[in-house]
Amino acid sequence: MRIDLNGIPTEVRAVHLADVLTAFGYRGALATALNGRFIPAAARLTTVLHDGDRVEVLAQMEGG
Amino acid sequence: MQLYDVNLSARLLLGTAQYPSPVVLTDAIAASGCEVVTVSLRRETANGGGTNGFWPLLQATGVRILPNTAGCDSAQEAITTAQMARAIFGTNWIKLEVIGNADTLQPDPFALVEAAKVLCADGFAVFPYTTEDLIVADRLLDAGCRVLMPWGAPIGSGRGLRHVDALTSMRGHFPDVPLIIDAGIGAPSQAAQVMEIGFDAVLLNTAVAKAGDPVAMARAFGQAAGAGRLAFEAGLMPPRDMAVPSTPVLGMADLGLGGLR
Repeated sequence: MRIDLNGIPTEVRAVHLADVLTAFGYRGALATALNGRFIPAAARLTTVLHDGDRVEVLAQMEGG
Repeated sequence: MQLYDVNLSARLLLGTAQYPSPVVLTDAIAASGCEVVTVSLRRETANGGGTNGFWPLLQATGVRILPNTAGCDSAQEAITTAQMARAIFGTNWIKLEVIGNADTLQPDPFALVEAAKVLCADGFAVFPYTTEDLIVADRLLDAGCRVLMPWGAPIGSGRGLRHVDALTSMRGHFPDVPLIIDAGIGAPSQAAQVMEIGFDAVLLNTAVAKAGDPVAMARAFGQAAGAGRLAFEAGLMPPRDMAVPSTPVLGMADLGLGGLR
């Protein structure tokens, strides 16, 4: 299955959103979105991914 | 000054971007005396490699965090970003930016109101980055916003208050709403002017972060905002069209040497 992971086309074997985070070594305080919608941390384990999905994984950054 | 349910004494809010280093940032925060700083979100690098160390240092300062939705250009994008920010930063405060024009970074008032309605209903304390338009301001208050943040000038321009008369009208129109000038401030004198016309606070970033000495500039802005507020509370004299002698003329000697009298 091919998804967009933070804007990069990426081949994944994951079933759920949480699997992607584990497979790519994401850790620490993160927030996730799927196809433009916020996915709370508690829902990552049950959020099923599909081919063509857009996944965003964000962390803290300086801002104005 | 009360912003939502929080009492604050400092009149300056600082952005945290573009500083030479995280240490300079935290030193600037301390020098300014500010109690609220803005932050943002970015794409995380896989394998946890994206941090530059700013977040732990910022947390250690104890300042209150105001996440933003910078860069969003639709209501849904801003809503999703706000929800992600709440999850990461653990606060329901959100500086709501919905940009309508890439050149001016002017707020999109229609999308702004739309997003504000959703976020206020979802329990956020929304700080909307808006214009000085009074009707938009009314709609934002109707949506549930309890603070308004009109722009002084385009973001990063350092031009000061471009529409002083309109902003003064806004102050008069909403006497009980906390009003914060956000963006466009380039010099401490401009921050003082913001406070002298009765605004509650000023929020800026670039003028401090890009100064030759950001820590000294942060101190200057903190003092200017405080001085401007003090002047407002003291009551500024009204301007006059003609000169009026400050030294009394009654009893002045007539030395018989000519002059204007």
